[in-house]
Amino acid sequence: MEPAAALLGLLLLVPALAERATAPVRDSLREELLLSPLPSGDLAATFQFRTRWDSDLQREGVSHYRLFPKALGQLISKYSVRELHLSLTQGFWRTRSWGQPYLQAPAGAELWVWFQDSVADVNKAWKDLSNILSGIFCASLNFIDSTNTVIPTASFKPLGLANVTDHHFLRYAVLPREVVCTENLTPWKKLLPCSSKAGLAVLLKAERLFHSSYHSQAVHIRPICRDAACLSASWELRQTLTVVFDSFASGQGKKDWSLLKIFSRTLTEACPLASQSKIYVDISSKGQVGGKDTEQYVNDAQLHFSLTAESVYDLLDPGLFNASRSLNVLLKWKRPQDSLAMVAPVLHAQRYVSGYGLQTGEISTVVYNTHPYRAFPVLLLETVPWYLRLYIHTLTIITKGKENKPSYIHYQPAQDRRRPHLLEMLIQLPANSVTKITIQFERVLLKWTEYTPDPNHGFYVSPSVLSALVPSVTAMEEEDEEQSPLFASLFPSFDGSSYFVRLYTEPLLVNLPTPDFSMPYNVICLTCTVVAVCYGSFYNLLTRTFHVEEPSQGGLAKRLANVIRKLRGVPLL
Amino acid sequence: MSENSMGLTMVEEQFVYGERALSYAREFAGHKKKAGGMPVAWLEKTMWNLGLEVYKQSFARTLPFPDELRERYMVKGTNVYGILRAPRAASTESLVLSVPCSQGQQNNQAVGLMLALASYFRGQIYWAKDIIFLVNEHDLVGMEAWLEAYHNVNVTEIQSSGMLGRAGAIQAAVSLELSSDVITSFDLAVEGLNGQLPNLDLVNLFYAFCQKSNLLCTIQGKLQRSDWDSLPAYLHSLQTLLLMVLKQGSGRPQGDHGLFLRYHIEAVTVRGINSFRQYKYDMGAVGKTLEGMFRKLNNLLERLHQSYFFYLLPSLSRFVSIGVYMPAFGFLILILVLKALDLWMKLSRCDVDPADQSCDGGPMAAEEPRPSLLPLVPPLLICHATGLALYFVPILGQHMATQHFPVSESEAVVLTVIAIYVAGLALPHNTHRVLTGAGSDRGWMMLKLLSLLYLAIQLGCIALINFSLGFLLAVTMVPVAAAVQPTGPKALQAVLLVLVTPAATLLFGIFLYHELIEYPISVLEGWQRFLQAIAEGLLDHHLYGSVVFPFVALFVYPCWLLLWNVLFWK
Repeated sequence: MEPAAALLGLLLLVPALAERATAPVRDSLREELLLSPLPSGDLAATFQFRTRWDSDLQREGVSHYRLFPKALGQLISKYSVRELHLSLTQGFWRTRSWGQPYLQAPAGAELWVWFQDSVADVNKAWKDLSNILSGIFCASLNFIDSTNTVIPTASFKPLGLANVTDHHFLRYAVLPREVVCTENLTPWKKLLPCSSKAGLAVLLKAERLFHSSYHSQAVHIRPICRDAACLSASWELRQTLTVVFDSFASGQGKKDWSLLKIFSRTLTEACPLASQSKIYVDISSKGQVGGKDTEQYVNDAQLHFSLTAESVYDLLDPGLFNASRSLNVLLKWKRPQDSLAMVAPVLHAQRYVSGYGLQTGEISTVVYNTHPYRAFPVLLLETVPWYLRLYIHTLTIITKGKENKPSYIHYQPAQDRRRPHLLEMLIQLPANSVTKITIQFERVLLKWTEYTPDPNHGFYVSPSVLSALVPSVTAMEEEDEEQSPLFASLFPSFDGSSYFVRLYTEPLLVNLPTPDFSMPYNVICLTCTVVAVCYGSFYNLLTRTFHVEEPSQGGLAKRLANVIRKLRGVPLL
Repeated sequence: MSENSMGLTMVEEQFVYGERALSYAREFAGHKKKAGGMPVAWLEKTMWNLGLEVYKQSFARTLPFPDELRERYMVKGTNVYGILRAPRAASTESLVLSVPCSQGQQNNQAVGLMLALASYFRGQIYWAKDIIFLVNEHDLVGMEAWLEAYHNVNVTEIQSSGMLGRAGAIQAAVSLELSSDVITSFDLAVEGLNGQLPNLDLVNLFYAFCQKSNLLCTIQGKLQRSDWDSLPAYLHSLQTLLLMVLKQGSGRPQGDHGLFLRYHIEAVTVRGINSFRQYKYDMGAVGKTLEGMFRKLNNLLERLHQSYFFYLLPSLSRFVSIGVYMPAFGFLILILVLKALDLWMKLSRCDVDPADQSCDGGPMAAEEPRPSLLPLVPPLLICHATGLALYFVPILGQHMATQHFPVSESEAVVLTVIAIYVAGLALPHNTHRVLTGAGSDRGWMMLKLLSLLYLAIQLGCIALINFSLGFLLAVTMVPVAAAVQPTGPKALQAVLLVLVTPAATLLFGIFLYHELIEYPISVLEGWQRFLQAIAEGLLDHHLYGSVVFPFVALFVYPCWLLLWNVLFWK
């Protein structure tokens, strides 16, 4: 990439070149966009901006920031953060119809942080950190407190360079009620070196990004090896943004798309600071989507690509913008695909609340393994708020009609108003099976000040997290995922036959017994009225002095006389 | 309307697919005819092409005895539903539009309109809640199967396949029934299972949209009169109110919506009526009304809870709230309590002064040993055993009955019910004489005291669940129950007591109902309806869990038998 970047520097950014000549380049930015049609016909666009900095933020007194955002850098050094993963998501990734996600995030806000083992008071650092992040991203992360923070023992391993895996330095929290909107996107875009002025980030137009079925933006910070020898660490910041566009509603049944249509922008240049700037279009055959049906153009440049699994457009390639000033990627289907049957991904899950009434209920999680012949274990993490009292003795795991005993189980009971339930289980999923995990709960009658502002809306239960090493099936899309440079290096890949997947189920909305809140109001009004009336009259009675009034003499005649005297100006009788 | 987020000015309806609805309806009718039932494959394909996530759910249910009215015994069917996923929402909440796929040519237009609405809704971006479009087969049985599978419970003995697609907590549901291409008015059904009612705001919402688009809307098939403060108008409102009381008291769901209410889902059934009125509305207008309702429900932040859950409707725009009707009911119950108090005082006076003439028959009785509660035990036991027999024997003994008598199963069940009911009257009512020799005044007083309090408690409890049922029973039973005693004109009292027995109340209710809907029936027809109503009551209990039959059989009827005992104490 270095020659390309240098070339670009020559062409576009002479001052930058001058700077590079003097100091060794210690940070770099790579930007990527992956456009992949989903099995349901929708289109997923995944942006990734990867900033890498070869300096140890925590040891040296770093004061000069170039590409790495200073706000985050200072945060890392101040709170001794080892790894930070924050995602803000609106919508839900529908694994059944959209396939396995590259990087899924739960609806709402999710934050998990590994601290250095030098941190003495992890809880305090966590609290402060979430408050600061809340300010940086304009999100309600300040609602993270001990009632929704858990310490998973197995589900969240450090993704970067780490030799310590003492989970006491890990904190994990999900806020399912968080609503993500442009106010969260703007600060996220500001962290990019080119902001949204140049490069792929010009496509990030809020109006289009939120006119979609799924929107998820994330920040991942982790230490990585500086080189192959791995003697020193570099810091890596990945900013990812995934959007799923509903091709059905916008295209009147047609599934064609183009950059202009989905983002209402085209690309004119790469980010001048980037050392790599690429667009990948996934045109592999995915289940029903025939590769031969696709026809692909680069609109103005009129370039044709061979039908490989992915087509790559390198924005730093000067040839790309030679023919025309802007790049628009367009994909057309030769014939509309219509098919009911979709190939379900190997691992997917579903969660729901069952039962009726406001006293008890049951949380059911259904996990599917559709692999034809391989069994694999899955690590399930359930976080349930304290106001649903889990009956842990009712926990049942049924696979194919038989009980399935988890090989590892970690349960931390909730404490009222202090911490949530945490349940982690390692469950073996037999090939081609459905596993149902149910647990009953009791709904708590809260104190009247503990209800959220709209209590009849219900209370959210954060999604359960499934982490698994899924064996690949040949002729499935996972092959591409490994070839793709995108995210290939985020999750540790183990070998060619399996890959790591983390899935989130949908959050749940549970109604708790809710009092009629107009009643306290009525009571207050009534009591106040009664008190006012009683108090007023009592006060009147107690403080007034009474005089015996002389009965006035003379009746009508005297009054008449007085009126006449008044008119005449004579003193009254 | 009490709910803030459903203010009238917030939505503008733009549904224009009226023609498309009709073409869908024709297509559906054709496929239904071809398939001889629900065209599952066609529905799945159509819904998928509209861009919905389509699922189906099959169910099977064997009825406890054949339902002769609808001609079904072993029911098998499939529900098809499509979920419109709201963009940028995590499927935590949803709304339901359900349409029953009935026999014959019924409801084809409703399915058509539902599909047209689905295709229109799919193109809109404002949805915050998922919308489930459900076509249920075998009306209530299918609906019950779907709801039980959705909530993963098994209340009745229905067998159904599991459910793949869910969309979180259902916030509200509308069930639509339409059988013609144009309609002249809408009728709204609110009464659900066990007399549960949806939140009044849902009714108000419907009424507001009818007003907005100038549709005629009725409740209990009765149009609101414009001159509401004249005497005929009051009478008209009273008729509407009485109809509602009768329907609610029956505890039957008056539409598919009725089963949603158990799951705390507010639901109504909207029926399109085509009568001989002048103004007709096409599918476009109907669709606009539904679109408006769904958009308003979509705007809801919380479940509907601001308005009343307990009310009676004399017309669509007026209601009688629980605060108004409950005191009246309380006064009715007070009669029983006061009478019981009176008996208590008489009894305690006897204790203090056993020689008092008023408390016992004569000096002979005064010499009796101090009476115990023992004489009360046999009548209590016998009456409740009869009640249990009434509840269990008809279903269990239906096969034996069909072997020995030339009747069908359902006839056997109904006739057994009536036989046991009548046999209860002839049971030995003087068991106490074996124990105490002769019927003493003290004995019947104690028994009456007990049965009055028992009745008061029963009526009070049922009125909290199903006010209308409690009210109907109270109005008929309370005066006679308070008056009955072994002295005085026995024949007259016996006739009165028989007239207020729950079965007689049911019979009168049937006649009154037909009188009110201006469709009078002859005595013979009335008797037929009476038999039908008993069979339906049993079926409702076994299929959907209605409490009316067990309540009457296990509690009210034994209590009434106790009063019968009091009458024949001597």
